[in-house]
This record gives sequence, C-alpha cells and structure tokens, in this order.
Amino acid sequence: MPTKIEKDAVSGRDTTGHEWDGIKELDTPLPKWWLYTFYACIGIAFVIFFLYPSIPYGPGYWHGVLGYSQRKMVDAEVAKLTAIRKVSLDKIGSLSFEQIKADPQLLEVAMTDGRITFAENCQPCHGAGGGGHIGYPALAAGSWLWGGTLDDIQQTVTHGIRSGDDDARNSAMPHFGADGLLKPAEIQQVADFVWSNFYGHKTEGQDTSAGAKIFAENCIACHGENGEGNRVVGAPRLNSHIHLYGDARETIVAQVTLPRQGVMPNWNHRLDPATIKAVTLYVHALGGGE
Amino acid sequence: MFIRHEWFEKNALLLLIGSLLTISIGGIVEIVPLFTIETTVEHVEGMRPYSPLELRGRDIYVREGCYLCHSQQIRTLRDEVERYGHYSIAAESMYDHPFQWGSKRIGPDLARVGGKYSNDWHYAHLKNAQSLVPESLMPHYAFLAETPLQTDDIQERMRTLRTLGTPYTDEDIANAKADLLTQADPAADNAKLVGRYPKAIEASGDGKTVTEADALVAYLQMLGTLVNFADTNTERLRQ
Repeated sequence: MPTKIEKDAVSGRDTTGHEWDGIKELDTPLPKWWLYTFYACIGIAFVIFFLYPSIPYGPGYWHGVLGYSQRKMVDAEVAKLTAIRKVSLDKIGSLSFEQIKADPQLLEVAMTDGRITFAENCQPCHGAGGGGHIGYPALAAGSWLWGGTLDDIQQTVTHGIRSGDDDARNSAMPHFGADGLLKPAEIQQVADFVWSNFYGHKTEGQDTSAGAKIFAENCIACHGENGEGNRVVGAPRLNSHIHLYGDARETIVAQVTLPRQGVMPNWNHRLDPATIKAVTLYVHALGGGE
Repeated sequence: MFIRHEWFEKNALLLLIGSLLTISIGGIVEIVPLFTIETTVEHVEGMRPYSPLELRGRDIYVREGCYLCHSQQIRTLRDEVERYGHYSIAAESMYDHPFQWGSKRIGPDLARVGGKYSNDWHYAHLKNAQSLVPESLMPHYAFLAETPLQTDDIQERMRTLRTLGTPYTDEDIANAKADLLTQADPAADNAKLVGRYPKAIEASGDGKTVTEADALVAYLQMLGTLVNFADTNTERLRQ
C-alpha cells in the first residue's frame, strides 16, 4: 500500500506514493469529461440492452421493450413498396395486353418492370436483349418454338417448358438413334437431307433422296413436309437460318440420335402474374414478337 | 475501494481465481447462446437433411471455395428480398456443418438459386460461365463434369454428420449409395429417393458415371427450395 503520498513540487500534483530508486510517479487522473463520457456509454449500453433484442437466456432471449425486429422492418418496407406498385400492377394484372398497350403510361411501367425482371431472371439463359445462346432460344429473332404472340409467351413464362408444372409445355422427340429407331447410316442420310435442303448448305450433285425418304417417314409429322415446324407440339422450324443448337451438320446428327430436351423453369412459383405479364410485354417487344 | 488491489497482488491463488472468473465471462458470452440454439432455429415445415448426392455436391461446393464469391444469405434488406426472394432464416442452415453464409458477393447470392435455371444451364455454366453470361468473372469448372465423384465414403460422411446432430436414420444411411446413384440418373425411378428426401431434384447425369458436376448441380437445384414460405410469416417465425 502506498504510504508516502506527497505533493510534487514542480507540477503541484499528488504522487501515487510509489517510489522506485528515487523516481516517483505522478497521480494524473483521467480527464473528467472523458471519464463521464465513458460512464455514460456504459449506461447507454444498458438502455439499449433494455430497449432492443439483446441478451440470450435459458428458453429464449430478451426481446426488448420496443419490439424491434429487422424482419418486421423489411416486411414493412416491402409492404410500403408493394402498396406503391399495387396501383400499376393491379391494372397490368387485370387489363388485357391490348388495353395495357393503349395506355402509354402504364405500358412504360410494364416495360420497365419487365426489363428489370428479365435482367435478373431470364438473361442468364436468353442473353441480354434476348440474343440467345446455343441451346437457349434467341427471343429477339422471332424463331419461336412454341409461338410468339403475347398469349403464347405468357403461357410459356408462367408454366415453363418441361418444367414439371402441370400446364408446362411438353414435347419429346423420339430418341431415333439411342432407341434404335434409325440406323447410324440412316441418321447420316437424313442429316444430309436436312442440312442441304433446309439449312441451305446444298452441294452440287449431292443425292439426298435416301434422306428425303427417311425424313418423310419419320419427321414430317412434327417438323412438316418442308421443315416448317409445328408450334403446337414445339417442333422447331428447320427451314430457316436460326437453329437452337447451331448450324453445324453434327448438331443434326446429335439431335436425331439423342435429342436434347431443353428445360425452361416455370416462373409462377417465383413471379406474380402481373410481373409475368410485364415481362411478357418486354420479351414481345425485343424484336421477335408476333 | 471494495476490492483491494493488495489482496490480489500479494496472493497468487486469489489472483488465479480472479483471472479465471474474468476470462470466463468472455467465454460464457460466446458459449451460452449455443445452448439456446433451439430457440434460435425457427420451427418450419420442409427442412430435411441433405440427400447423399446433395451432400457430396455441398462438399464440392466447399472444396472449390464457392463461398468465397457466393453468399447464401439473403439479408433482411428490401433490395435483397426484392432480388433474391424471402430473407434467409436460421432453420435453412440447420443441417450445414459449417454453414455457407459467406461474406462476399463477387457473384450473386445463391440462397434461393434452386429451380431458377435448368439443369442444362448449370452444367453449361459450370463448364464455361462466360458462354452464357459474357460479363461473368467466374472461373471455369469444366473438370467437374469429367471427374468421377468419390462415393465410397458416403455412409461414413453421413454417420459423421449424425454425430453432429443431423437426423439421418439407419435406413437413410443403409440406402445412401442407391439414393445417390438414383438422383444422379434422370432415367432412374426416384420414388424412394423423394420419399426419403422430399423435393430432391435429379441431376442430368449420363446414367453411367456419377461426376462431381452431377452432385454440385443436385445441390444447387435444392438450395432455398425446401421451406414453403407461403405457409409462414415473420410473426410465426418469431421464437
């Protein structure tokens, strides 16, 4: 215990009473303003503990007297936003496409909503601006598998393609090669025929009559006599320059052998009907709408 | 003063006891919440342990460090709820050892990516992300689709998780290998698998070799799909 507390002659302050080899220590207290701020902070901490959710204990935790909850906060914020949007979204949801188009202001809201929704949800597959990728249809190109009217698009977006949804668009091209319906040589012949006649890679003097016969026997039911396709069953149009899996002859062979069955998710479990209508309008306006 | 420094400074035992008491406060503050974990995890319908293939996919996810760029945590902020869907709840991570919340979003949050894209998209995107999303920074994981999945130790992995509290039944573990192969093969009959693991999504494997990509896709397609948020709300989630 320090015993020799004395007044320092130079500074006029008390010493702590500790002395080491003649060196004495001044007792310099913390500044009052600092000390009381520090105590106040401790006090405020207890007030916050009391007001807000803080201390866990046995069966639960202290909820705080204000009833604050981040989850309630975000619920309230989303509700506020929903209320603002409701005015337009209700209209978009209840009006027909023609009526929406007739109202420039509403159409602008729908297109903006559609653009944002498209960027977040559709763009990863269909590309920016609906440019498409190999295996993912180019929406701006107008080469529709299942139809490009507003109603067709709305149906596709809502229920998807081979998505497992009850109303999903479904089609299944037979596995001509994998299931042995056509021999490898026949697949090559039909590929020759499709590639030269429909894809437009005609070679002078090439005889594709064998392929034409196979095509007539196996393919025209869905793809049509002239390869014009059939949207009712989602059979792609062959006689164009836009092909889902690319322009190469090998893709025809691969597709006839073991068709890829592309899947589009149904969006009714993620997007509300009005937003689906908005994105439909946006997709329709990308350049391919009918 | 109530406590005299002198007592502690001159008595080693008292100093030791005093130090232990002080340090233990820090420990208690960290440990006590773990004993009340039941009150933190919400009671919701739908959560189930990972199916064997999803579990292995999750292992790949951890191994490749996906969490370094992708979070799995939708925070209670309006813009996140708007973009990704319902905010994440603790129950959704209850079978994660360790959780994959992450702390950085170089890529998008994945907490609800399940069902958002098709299986084919995931395979193509893992192989070469830029082929589908030109502005993507994601590295190529083409090797995943060429690497056979190690499946021999699936039962040991599940047993280990059981000791940590994941409620795998003996039946789950006994059928682990079969369930794994079923989920990887789109042609297989998955009735039993879905009975044990509702909402399990089949990967698009070739039916011969199970690859690491199959496992990862099965895991990604499940993320965030288990809890049906239409049946609940913030008030009911509150403990």
